[in-house]
Amino acid sequence: MNLVLLGINHRTAPLEIREKLAGGLQDLYAGYQELRHLPGLQEVVLYSTCNRVEVLFTTADPPETVPRVQAFLFNLADLPPEERERIMYIHQEGEAIQHLFRVASGLDSMVIGEPQILGQVKEAYRLATQQHATGAILNRLLHKTFSVAKRIRSETGIGCQAVSVSYAAVELARKIFGTLTNKTALLVGAGEMAELAVEHLKHYGVSQIIVANRTLERALKLARRFGGDAISLAELECQLLTIDIMISSTGATEQILTRDQLKRAMRLRKQQPLFLIDIAVPRDLDPEINTLDNVYLYNIDDLQGIIEVNRRYRQQEAVKAERIIAAEVLKFLQWRESLAVYPTIIALQEKADHICQNELKKTLSQLGPLSPEQIKSLQVLTQSITHKLLHDPILYMKRNHHPKDTSREINYIRRLFNLDQE
Amino acid sequence: METLILSVVLVGYFGATAIWLAYLLIQQERLYRYGVWVMGGGWMLHTLDLILAVMEQGYFPGASLGQALRLFSWTLVGAFLFLTWRHPIRVLGTLVAPLAALTLTGSLILPQPGPVAPLLQSLWLSFHIATALLGNATFTLAFMGGILYLVQEHQLKSKKFGFFYRRLPSLEALDALNYYCLTIGFPLLTAGIITGSIYAQYTLGSFWRWDPKETLTLIAWLIYAVLLHERLAVGWRGRRAALMAIIGFLVLVVTFVGANLWLQGYHSFESFVRQP
Repeated sequence: MNLVLLGINHRTAPLEIREKLAGGLQDLYAGYQELRHLPGLQEVVLYSTCNRVEVLFTTADPPETVPRVQAFLFNLADLPPEERERIMYIHQEGEAIQHLFRVASGLDSMVIGEPQILGQVKEAYRLATQQHATGAILNRLLHKTFSVAKRIRSETGIGCQAVSVSYAAVELARKIFGTLTNKTALLVGAGEMAELAVEHLKHYGVSQIIVANRTLERALKLARRFGGDAISLAELECQLLTIDIMISSTGATEQILTRDQLKRAMRLRKQQPLFLIDIAVPRDLDPEINTLDNVYLYNIDDLQGIIEVNRRYRQQEAVKAERIIAAEVLKFLQWRESLAVYPTIIALQEKADHICQNELKKTLSQLGPLSPEQIKSLQVLTQSITHKLLHDPILYMKRNHHPKDTSREINYIRRLFNLDQE
Repeated sequence: METLILSVVLVGYFGATAIWLAYLLIQQERLYRYGVWVMGGGWMLHTLDLILAVMEQGYFPGASLGQALRLFSWTLVGAFLFLTWRHPIRVLGTLVAPLAALTLTGSLILPQPGPVAPLLQSLWLSFHIATALLGNATFTLAFMGGILYLVQEHQLKSKKFGFFYRRLPSLEALDALNYYCLTIGFPLLTAGIITGSIYAQYTLGSFWRWDPKETLTLIAWLIYAVLLHERLAVGWRGRRAALMAIIGFLVLVVTFVGANLWLQGYHSFESFVRQP
């Protein structure tokens, strides 16, 4: 039996094709129904995210089954065969296991170590088990995958340290304030990055959001979105007394707050810490503000710098993760090989029984009429001879004397007894 | 027997130091917990040793620098364990454990005193020693928190994040530690001064003698009083509070060790012990 993984991802295929393939798999129930009727396919899990579509399956006959699965996958995308070959990858056995481990731990993602993919694979596996599409091998493989991903997350640093501006802002805020609950954030201006940062802060506990904008209409709109209050830019300085975090992203050409204004505000707010994030270009806030006690000012370059350092750190940690994966792949392959012992034992016993039956039939036809007791004792005789003869080889296989090289040993035994009928 | 118990305590404190250093390096949660157990176990034995000493002599053993150091390491670990329970700042253990271990080592190396002067064989004086040393221990924690605050604040201000950035808690937590220690340590230090001067009036006939130790303690007390007042009144916090805690602690160190070694006065340890 072979383990095969077949798919496309963000590195091999452009977005249009990924969209088409993923679109075709919207109804996973129907997908599994169709896969189950493919001849030669035994166990299967399929998952699609915005960056990848992959099918993992076991089959006894890969050369026959792979084209069928491929046809199923490209059902909806009308592509010439050579184009399909170009964008698709096929991994077998060790490579397939390694690929799955890498995907689940985020090593194969666009942003190394991103955590969502593990949840997506888990969800895909849950669906597959609901459809009874998995069996002994894939159940064990997927469970192993989850534990490997968890181990990598806890033993390496690929998942920690922010690699996006908005998350870097949240991390800094947490190093300043500890917890973000009951904190108030002020968004000045608008912009995708600033809004995302507010979104993140809210997710991590910031309880009140205030929005200031040049036009009150826009402020009101954003405030509604975040469930907060809207103010006008003129109120900015007095708002400094009530907020803890400020994200500034206006299109203004001059500075909207000076060091003196902040110094005054800090005295009035009894030195409660203030975290200012200035992601506007040109800058909204006077860089000298950072020299004040208990005020922490970060501009877009500071944040980008942090992200760059973190990204490099994650890449270093990924090397450790690859090492863990390589070791775990070997372990899984060993388990697979140990499984192969039992089919060999059964084949051996079946062959012996088969010989007994044949020889007995021949002998009985030559001996002429015998009483049922005599026939019975002949049967017992042949069976006990073969059982005793096979006892030691079977015991030898079960004891597994060379666990590192089980497959070679089994191969040897199969050839010795000619179990594969060459 | 006593040396045996103290040796085990010492092994415990050094063990906790090693465990917490490892925790600082590899940040494994369970290492931190092991450290608390080892430290807690050592402290229990240390307490037992202290009870035995009090039972034997009838008063707190604090008349020589060695004995005072032994008592100080006990109060420091006790204060830290209490803090860990109420207001956990994990990385602090990495500083507390070696300091406790070293002060205890010092107390074992220093010569054992002869019999204590009869003037000092009193339980009332034990209150003076206990409150003053507990106050010192609490301010030691505030000092350590202050150092950590300055390190973390420097990283956030300069935007250069090094080894400690991830390992140190948030500024808010460190500042809260400063306030917490101040509100506990200040009343203790005040009580230490009051009990001491009442005892001095009772035995020596005057409340206050402007002895070097007394003067320096008063300076430290004033520093902490200013910090407490400014914290409450105008919201001094963060960097300034951390610096004040560090300065106050340095004055206390001079009071505790320096006044005995360099400055002579009736409060120095030599004068406590009858010369053989």
